Amino acid sequence: MTELALSRGSLDRDRLLRLLQDYGVYAGVLVLLLFNFAFTPHFASAENFRTQAVQVAPVLIVALGMALAIGTEGVDLSVGSVMALSTSLLSLYLGYGPWIAALTAVIGGIVVGVANGALIAFVGVQPIVATLALMVAGRGLALVLLPQLKDVRDPGLASLGSGDVLGVPYLVLIAAVLAVLVAFVMRRTTFGRQVLAIGDSRPAARLAGLPVRRVLIVVYVCSGALAAIAGVLATARLTASDPTSLGNLMELSAITAVVVGGTPLSGGRVRIGGTVAGAVLIQLLTTTLIKHDLPPSWTQIAQAVVIVLAVYAARERGRR
Amino acid sequence: MTTQTEEAGMPADTASPKDDDAGRTNRSERLSALAQQHGALVTLVIAMAVASLSFDTFLTGDNLENMALSSAFLAVVALGMTFVIVTGGIDLSVGSLFALGGVLAAWGSQYGTAVALLLPLAVCGLIGLVNGLLIARVRLAPFIVTLAAMLGARGILLAITDEGSKTYLVDKDSFFATLGQGSLLGIGVPVWITMALFVLGAVVLRGTRFGQYVYAVGGNEDAGALMGAPVARTKISVYTLSGLCAGLAGALNAAWLVSGVTILGSGMELEAISAVVIGGTLLSGGFGFISGSLVGVLLLKVIQNVINQIGSLDSAYQQVVSGAFLALVVIAQTWLGRRRRVL
Amino acid sequence: MLSVSHLSKTFPGVRALSDVDFTARAGEVHALVGENGAGKSTLIKVLTGVYRPDAGEVTYDGEPVRFSTPLQAQQAGISTIYQEVNLVPLMSVARNLFLGREPLGRLGLIDFRRMHREADEALRGLGIRVDVRRPLRELGVGAQQMVALARAVAVDARVVIMDEPTSSLEPREVKTLFGVIRMLRERGVAVVYVSHRMDELYEICDTVTVLRDGRVVHTGPLADLDRLRLVAMMLGREIGEVREEGMTKFTGSHDTEAEPILRAEGLTVSHRLSDVSLAVRPGEVVGLGGLLGSGRSETAKAIAGALPTDAGRVVVAGVPVRSGSTAAAIRAGISLLPEDRKAEGIVPGLSVRENIALAALPALSRFGLVDDTRVDRIVETFMKRLRIKAAGPHQKVGELSGGNQQKVLLARWLALHPKVLLLDEPTRGIDVGAKAEVQALIDELADDGLAVLLISSDTEELIEGSDRVVVLKDGVVVRELTGDAVTEDALMRAIAAVPAGGSDD
Repeated sequence: MTELALSRGSLDRDRLLRLLQDYGVYAGVLVLLLFNFAFTPHFASAENFRTQAVQVAPVLIVALGMALAIGTEGVDLSVGSVMALSTSLLSLYLGYGPWIAALTAVIGGIVVGVANGALIAFVGVQPIVATLALMVAGRGLALVLLPQLKDVRDPGLASLGSGDVLGVPYLVLIAAVLAVLVAFVMRRTTFGRQVLAIGDSRPAARLAGLPVRRVLIVVYVCSGALAAIAGVLATARLTASDPTSLGNLMELSAITAVVVGGTPLSGGRVRIGGTVAGAVLIQLLTTTLIKHDLPPSWTQIAQAVVIVLAVYAARERGRR
Repeated sequence: MTTQTEEAGMPADTASPKDDDAGRTNRSERLSALAQQHGALVTLVIAMAVASLSFDTFLTGDNLENMALSSAFLAVVALGMTFVIVTGGIDLSVGSLFALGGVLAAWGSQYGTAVALLLPLAVCGLIGLVNGLLIARVRLAPFIVTLAAMLGARGILLAITDEGSKTYLVDKDSFFATLGQGSLLGIGVPVWITMALFVLGAVVLRGTRFGQYVYAVGGNEDAGALMGAPVARTKISVYTLSGLCAGLAGALNAAWLVSGVTILGSGMELEAISAVVIGGTLLSGGFGFISGSLVGVLLLKVIQNVINQIGSLDSAYQQVVSGAFLALVVIAQTWLGRRRRVL
Repeated sequence: MLSVSHLSKTFPGVRALSDVDFTARAGEVHALVGENGAGKSTLIKVLTGVYRPDAGEVTYDGEPVRFSTPLQAQQAGISTIYQEVNLVPLMSVARNLFLGREPLGRLGLIDFRRMHREADEALRGLGIRVDVRRPLRELGVGAQQMVALARAVAVDARVVIMDEPTSSLEPREVKTLFGVIRMLRERGVAVVYVSHRMDELYEICDTVTVLRDGRVVHTGPLADLDRLRLVAMMLGREIGEVREEGMTKFTGSHDTEAEPILRAEGLTVSHRLSDVSLAVRPGEVVGLGGLLGSGRSETAKAIAGALPTDAGRVVVAGVPVRSGSTAAAIRAGISLLPEDRKAEGIVPGLSVRENIALAALPALSRFGLVDDTRVDRIVETFMKRLRIKAAGPHQKVGELSGGNQQKVLLARWLALHPKVLLLDEPTRGIDVGAKAEVQALIDELADDGLAVLLISSDTEELIEGSDRVVVLKDGVVVRELTGDAVTEDALMRAIAAVPAGGSDD
C-alpha cells in the first residue's frame, strides 16, 4: 500500500537509481572499453586482453568470497592476509609436489575461515572486528613461515601461471569457473537462499528455523578458501612467493568490486555478475589511467572516489 | 551493541537481570571491569619483568630510550583512534595519513618549522573532516569511508613525491629537526610531546562535556540524541581529531628521521587499533580510556622488542602475537559483555 | 498545561489519529489507554516532537507550539520516559543524569565532585540509594528506570510522559515509582501515564482518556469509571451486547474430543510469564486472550523456541521439544506466524517464491541443490490456495500489501506440514477483504486437523474464531473460557477482574 502512495516523481527517481545501481557497472565497463578502443593505442589486441584478464583474475576470485560475506551483512577483511598465508604455505610445501602444496595452502585459508566464522557465529564478534584480528595475525603468520620473497621454481606451477587453453590463460579459466560455480550456488542451492535470507533479515531467518550459525561459518570458510586459491594463482603467475606484499590492500579491491557491482553492504543481495563486472571495471580504470600516462597515484585516488560513490548509491537504495 | 546478544540466539529484550542475582552480578561486573581496565597494565608489567630478567640488554638506557621513541609516534596515532573507537567507529586511514603527514612536514620544513607543522595538520585534519562528514552526515559506514580515505591519502602521497620516488629531507640543524631528534633531561622531545598530548587527551575525554558526548554517542547513539548530545558534530570532531593526530605523528616522525619517508605507515592503522583495544577500549564503543591505549602501545612495543632481542625469531612474530592478542581481547570483551547482560 | 485539539495524523494508508483532543493538566496524573493501533504511541510522539501533526494544534502553557525534535520538547520542559530505558548503559549513573548539563568548574572542566553530590541528592530525593559513580548498567532495570525518571525530573520538567514505565519493574520498584509520581503531582507537574495494567491505573491515575482506532472514545475522571466499562471501551465492545455470528468469517466450533497434540507446561520467563500452561488438540483453535503486554506473544514465542524459558516445557504429540531453539520447534511441527510481520516474518528483499520455500528448502532439495520444479509446484499450489495476489512468484515480498505478505508467511509454514500453528495477530494491519480470507483460512486449517493457537487484539475475531480461550493477565493464566462461556462478556470480565491476591485499590 505504501508503495502505491509514492508520487510519480519519486518513483521515477527511485527507478533511475535502481537502474544505475543494477546496470551502472556494466555501463561503466562499456564506456571504458569504448574509450580505450577509440583513444588507447594497442588496446584492441588479444595480447592486451589476455594481460588484463590475467591481472583481474585473483581480485575477482577474492571478490567472489567477499560477495558472500557481504551478502550476510558481514565483511571479510582477512582476505589479503589469507593470500599471503597461502603463498607462504605453498612455497613451504612445494617439496611435496605442487598439488599437495596448493592443497595445503587452501586448507590454510579454510582454517582462517573457520576461525573467522566461529568468532562471528558463536562468540558473536562483529565481522569487521573478527576478521581484523585474523588480518593482523594472518599476515604475521605468513611472514613467520616465510620471512622474505622466495622464487618459486616449479614447472607445474609455472604452467599454471602462464599456460593457456586455446589462448585462454588457465588463471582466467579458473576464475571464470569459480565465478560460475559461486553464481550457481547462489542461484540454485539451499545454501544460497539461506545466505540471502540471513543477510536480508536475520530475525526472520532465525524464526524460520534456518541454521544461521552454520551458514555464517560456511560463508567465511568459502571466503577464506577462495582467497587462498587466489593466493596460489597469484604466486604461480609471479613465480615467486612474497608474503610481505602479496594481497596488500586486496580486501579493499575486493570490497570495491563487490560494492561497485551493485551488492549492497547491508546484505540480502549478492550479484555475482555485477561483482565480475566490478572487478573488470576497476582493472580497466587502472589500465586506462596507466596507458594514458597518468601515474598510479591517480588510480588510487580514482578508486577511492569510485568506492565512495558506489556506497553512496547503494545507501540511497537501502533506505527505501 | 545488541547484535552480540542477538548472535547468541536470544533477543536482546529478554536479557533483563534478575534482581536476586544483583549481588553476584555486581561482584563479577566489578571483577570484569577491573580486568578490562588493568589487564593490559598487569600484562605489561609482567612482560617487562620477564624481559628484564631474560635479557641483560632490555633494561638499559639505550634500549628503553629506543622503545619510548618508537612508541611515541604510534601512541599519538592511537590517541586519536581511541576517541574514534569510543564513539563506536573505526578509522582505517591513519596509516596513510601518518605517511602523508611525514612527507608534507619534510617538504614544508624548507619554509620553516611553522609550515612543517601546520601543513600536515591542515591536510590530514581536512581529510579527517571529510571522513567525519561522510560518516555523520551522509551516514556511510565508517570502515568503508576510511578505507577509501586510506587509499586516497596514499594516492595524494604518491602524487606529491613523483610516485614515491622522491624523498624530501629535513635540514638537520633546523628547529623542526630538534622536535624529533632533540632531547630534554635525557628524554627525547617526541616522548615529551606524546606525554603532554596524552594528558591533554585524557582530560578532554574524561573531564569535558565533549568527552561525555563521545561516550554517549558510542554507548547508545539514540539515547544520546534524545538526551541532547550533538551526535553528528561529535562524530565529525573525532574523525577530524584522528586525522590531526595521525598527521602530527607523521610530522614528528619525519623530524626524527629527518626525512619524509614515503613507504611508512602501512599497517599502522591495525597496530593503532590493536593497541587501543588491548588497552581495554571496547570496539563496539561507549567504553574506554586514554591511559589504556598508552599501555596497549607500550605492550605492543615491548613484545616487538623482546622478539627482536631473541634474535633468532623473525619480527613477524610480533604481528602474530598482536593479532592473537587482539582476538583474545575481543573474545573476552564480547564474552564478558554478554554475560553481563544475560545474568 | 499541555493540550492538543483536533489533532490528525495520517501515515500512508493508515489514519493513525483523527480529530483527537487531549489535555494534560498540572498536578494531575492522566492515564492514556487503548489497545494496539489505537494511536497512543502516535499521540505521544506528536506531543514529544518526534512526529509533526497533519492537522490540529498543540498548545503548551497557553501558547501554540510546534516541536520539531524531541530535544526541543525536552528543553521546553516535556520529558518522556520510554518503556525501554533510553540511557547510556556504560556511562556512570551521575554522567547519565547530567549528560549535556554537567556542572562546570574552572577551565571549563566538569566539576565531578559537585556532579556526584548533586546526582546523589537527586536520587536520594526519589528514594534510591546507589553509588552514582558506578556504570548505569550495573543497576537493575527498575533502578535504571528511576535514573531516567530522575533525569526527567531534574531538568525541571513540567510535563512528564511515561510510556509503560512499570513493564520491567518489580512490585517494590513500582511502589517507589508511584511515590515519585505522587510527589510530581504535588509539585504541580502534569503526568501522562500509559499502561495496560488496570490495578496500576486505578491506583495512581486521576483522569483517563481512552483511544480506539485513532479516536478519543472517552475522557473523564477515572474514579467514575468501573473496570469493566473501561475494558469494554478499550476493546470497543459493549457489555452484554449480543452479536450474531457471521460478522467474521469463522464458521464455529471444531472437534474437541481428541487428545491434545500440543502441551505447554509451566512456561516461565522472568518478568514476562509465570507458570503458563495450555494444551491444544488437533483441529482445535485455542484463543489467547488478554490485553497488550499480558504475555500473549511471549507465550507463543516461548512455545516456538524463540524466547528462552527459565522453566517449563513444551510437548508435541507426546515428545518433549528442546527449548530455546526455533529449529527444534520447527522439526517438532510447531510453526509461529510472528506478530511483527515486517521485522521477524518476511524477508523483504526476496521474492514470493523464495519466501514461501524458505523454511521448507531442505526438504525441497537434493544434495543441497534446490529442486526448482518441486518449489514451483508448491509455490503455485499455495499461491492459488491462499489466493495470494502478486504480480507473479518472482515479485519481491516487500512490495506486496500486508494481507498478501501474511498469506505468503502462512504459505511458508504450511509448506512444512506443521502440526501446530501459532498465529500472533494474523489479521492486524491488513485490509478487510484479506482479513476475511485469512479468517476463513484459519478455520479451514483447523478443519484439516491442525492445532491452532490464535492471538488477536480483535476480540470479535478471538471469540468467534476460538473454540476455547485462555485468558492471560500480567503473564499469568487467569481464566479459561470453554464452551458457552466463550463470549466477549466473559473475556472482558476475566480481564477486568481484581486479582485474587487482593489489591489495594
